Amino acid sequence: MITKIPIGGAAEQLVAFVGTYLKPLVITFIWITLSLNGAFFWLFQSLPAPAWIIGVAIVAWRFAGPGIAIFGLLGLGLLWNQGLWGATAQTLSLVLTGTLMSLVVAIPLGIAMAESRVVNSVMAPILDFLQTMPRFVYLIPAVAILGLDVAPAVFATMTLAVPPPTRLTAVGIGQVDPRMVEAAEAFGSTRWQILAKIKLPLAFSAIMLGVNQCLMMSLSMVIIASLIGAGGLGAEILKAISEVKAGRGLVAGIGVVVLAILIDRITKGAAARLTRRWGRDTVMQQA
Amino acid sequence: MPEPAVECRHVWKIFGDKAREAFAAIAREGLGKDEVAKRFGCVIGVADASFAIEVGEIFCIMGLSGSGKSTLVRHINRLIEPTSGHVLIHGEDINAKSANELRRLRAEKIGMVFQHMALFPHRSVRDNVAYGLEVRGMDRKRRWAMAAEKLALVRLAGWESRYPHELSGGMQQRVGLARALAADPDILLMDEPFSALDPLIRRQLQDEFIALAGVVKKTTLFITHDLDEAIRLGHRIAIMRDGRLIQMGPPEDIVLHPADDYVAEFVKGISRLKFLTAEKVMDPWSPAAGASSVSLADCTRVRLEADVASVIALAAQSEKTIVVVDGENRPVGIVTPRGLLRAIQASAG
Repeated sequence: MITKIPIGGAAEQLVAFVGTYLKPLVITFIWITLSLNGAFFWLFQSLPAPAWIIGVAIVAWRFAGPGIAIFGLLGLGLLWNQGLWGATAQTLSLVLTGTLMSLVVAIPLGIAMAESRVVNSVMAPILDFLQTMPRFVYLIPAVAILGLDVAPAVFATMTLAVPPPTRLTAVGIGQVDPRMVEAAEAFGSTRWQILAKIKLPLAFSAIMLGVNQCLMMSLSMVIIASLIGAGGLGAEILKAISEVKAGRGLVAGIGVVVLAILIDRITKGAAARLTRRWGRDTVMQQA
Repeated sequence: MPEPAVECRHVWKIFGDKAREAFAAIAREGLGKDEVAKRFGCVIGVADASFAIEVGEIFCIMGLSGSGKSTLVRHINRLIEPTSGHVLIHGEDINAKSANELRRLRAEKIGMVFQHMALFPHRSVRDNVAYGLEVRGMDRKRRWAMAAEKLALVRLAGWESRYPHELSGGMQQRVGLARALAADPDILLMDEPFSALDPLIRRQLQDEFIALAGVVKKTTLFITHDLDEAIRLGHRIAIMRDGRLIQMGPPEDIVLHPADDYVAEFVKGISRLKFLTAEKVMDPWSPAAGASSVSLADCTRVRLEADVASVIALAAQSEKTIVVVDGENRPVGIVTPRGLLRAIQASAG
């Protein structure tokens, strides 16, 4: 008889270990996610829905043009009209929390990967693994360690939303023209100065693409995370499934699409606008 | 004799994982580049380069692509470390310097201009020029003032807040030059600064550089693949081939006395007229040659050291006899059309 290699058992022990011995870490994580999420949600509630909708439309106009602005006005207006503004605000709070926490990990990690061959060779397979694992699998350790509610949802989101910006930061820095780095060196820069004054600005387009991907991944995972108690549009969809109400599910689904399009276009537009003065060619080269 | 500003002593650079072994083998057995490539998988970048650049001198290194000239210039500010040999700046070995000392040297003493400009696209012209000052911690007001001063020097006043992509190639390289001059360094390293420009602009920038060099008087190591450029700009020229400096000397030496067939092939297309003087083409002043019948008052006079090109110009202008005079205005020779034609024939190679 062939014995199974106890991979599953080892993973379970790891989860148990984290839950038992890294308790302070776990509690800190829960505290940070709850605070951030609460702060964002409070922000969304602090102004009436129409104010936010018009605000988003103005920002969209500035960065992505009138088309997207009108789309935002109509799309968000529809969600408000359908009584889904609260759920939308909840989802957006989770997305922003997940994105912010992912970026805090991803960007320094990406820089470390670009600057150190060792970090790169260690991290590259881990990122591959994280990105190819089916998304639902992340819900299990999240629940096991963090229970239900916002914290595990954000944790599960991070497993998916950290790899793309990490990779794009690393690639963006790696693609900076070595002649720029050489010039900076020739004028007596330290390694940190080269990173801060040359590499990071020149990798800006790539990093912004990473931010964009991070937001998109967060949005998709936040919806799935409704299975473990994350509220918002995902929860609406889940409720519609359990009650077999196709119409209600569709409206919430449309809401997710609206958010996705708005987030995507506004961030891409913002990135392009911020680098416009540097010249189209350079930005294209770097992207 | 004053200390040279820059000195290379037996600098070798061998690229490859086994550079040290390869160098040892070269020193021991005198291997050529093919054997080094075969036995060690290494490439010889610079082979035994020694030269000294005097303070204020413009020293040109001329070679074709792959000759190692860009590698050599990067040794001067230690962007590349030599496999063996020493690089001295004002008598100090820069390979003995700490990382901090090296950074200070780069920021304060050595300015560099690059073939592809290498301007920072995300920084305004002003912040490009001020970059070296910024990294050494100078406050914004002072460094912007200095940047403005250098931009005025390269005739780009008023362009401070533009971005590099908004400038033409020639203007970009003037920004590159201003950036190199920003910290008032003693030494300028110019790595084919004008090669990427079209011929008309290149010529114009060469003229500007000659004028600027007269004002700022920096010790300059100028890398080029264009012998004409080297002759126009350099006080001395070194010809580089396969990592070796095969001939070094003032332009006229290189052109008139090429050291080998390779250099001879290079200088073939160069007109030698501007290196010939009236003295070289005149017939000696003697009554027997009919000189006595020439009335001195009716002659065009040229000095002994006048270059032949200008003598030809005079001859083309008028029918008057051209008499060569010495420092005390005494006639010492006479230039005949035949003499000029001989000179032209000889210089055409």
